[in-house]
Amino acid sequence: MITLSDYLILSAIVFCIGLAGIFINRTNIITLLMCVELMLAAVNTNFIAFSHFMGDQAGQIFVFFILTVAAAEVAIGLGILTLVYRNKGSISIDVTNSLKG
Amino acid sequence: MEFEQILFYLFSFWFIASSLAMILSRNTAFSALFLILSFFSAASLWLLLEAEFLAIILILVYVGAVMVLFLFVIKMLDIEDSTLRAKFTGYLPIGLGVAVIVIAEMSLVLGVDQFGLDVVPQPIRHASDYSNITELAMELYTIYVYPFELAAVLLLIAIIAAITLIHRPDKRAKKQSIEEQVNTQAKDRVRLVSIAPYKKKDEQ
Repeated sequence: MITLSDYLILSAIVFCIGLAGIFINRTNIITLLMCVELMLAAVNTNFIAFSHFMGDQAGQIFVFFILTVAAAEVAIGLGILTLVYRNKGSISIDVTNSLKG
Repeated sequence: MEFEQILFYLFSFWFIASSLAMILSRNTAFSALFLILSFFSAASLWLLLEAEFLAIILILVYVGAVMVLFLFVIKMLDIEDSTLRAKFTGYLPIGLGVAVIVIAEMSLVLGVDQFGLDVVPQPIRHASDYSNITELAMELYTIYVYPFELAAVLLLIAIIAAITLIHRPDKRAKKQSIEEQVNTQAKDRVRLVSIAPYKKKDEQ
């Protein structure tokens, strides 16, 4: 039988893959956003596994709100990304250092 | 091995494999497509967990809207791969090291001793006429009705913010400015120039 532990370890692995992706691709803003989405999917899997095994619907409601916030975040994040590209001509992290003293 | 277990390992394999392919792919468009595959695998796993509504929402909203938006932006912007991937190998060891350590720690914490079947028993499967959407809606529209409305306001704010960020006023657009019209003066419109009289040369 599949235990809750299997789902938790699976989502831990996927979460860490997303984390490693942020380390590896730290120059490309689009890939960073996609890694954050991957980590969110892993966390949502956690929530749904707990919701299923505990018999409580609150976890699924929480995932519903996480999906809403993540959609809003992506819309604004890609808007900012487009602005960065328009003003700097590149989407590398290295060009976004105007706040550096 | 039960059929459910086979499905779980199949979907988990695709979830992990496509996530790895996403972070290791050198082409950003390929990364987005691999992320779509991981979302599909995650949705399949959520179906195994009897979260049918969220599984379908994940595919419709995430794959249908968010990832298409990503692909739009990737194709719209001219991304030069050479400079973006220059540091790719430099951070690979530390990234893998941190990931492996975190996975090892979490496996120790989340192992079968803590969350095995004898601690968290297998829940009873619902009957075939069970509706996940009805259950969610009953809670969403009663207990969580204010967070639900707040989420709607949040989406509205996101729409306004995204449009405000991106929208660039068209310079050629002929737009009426009432303030400018009211504040205008006669000297702004008519310019009186005194010109000295002269005769054409061929008339002389």
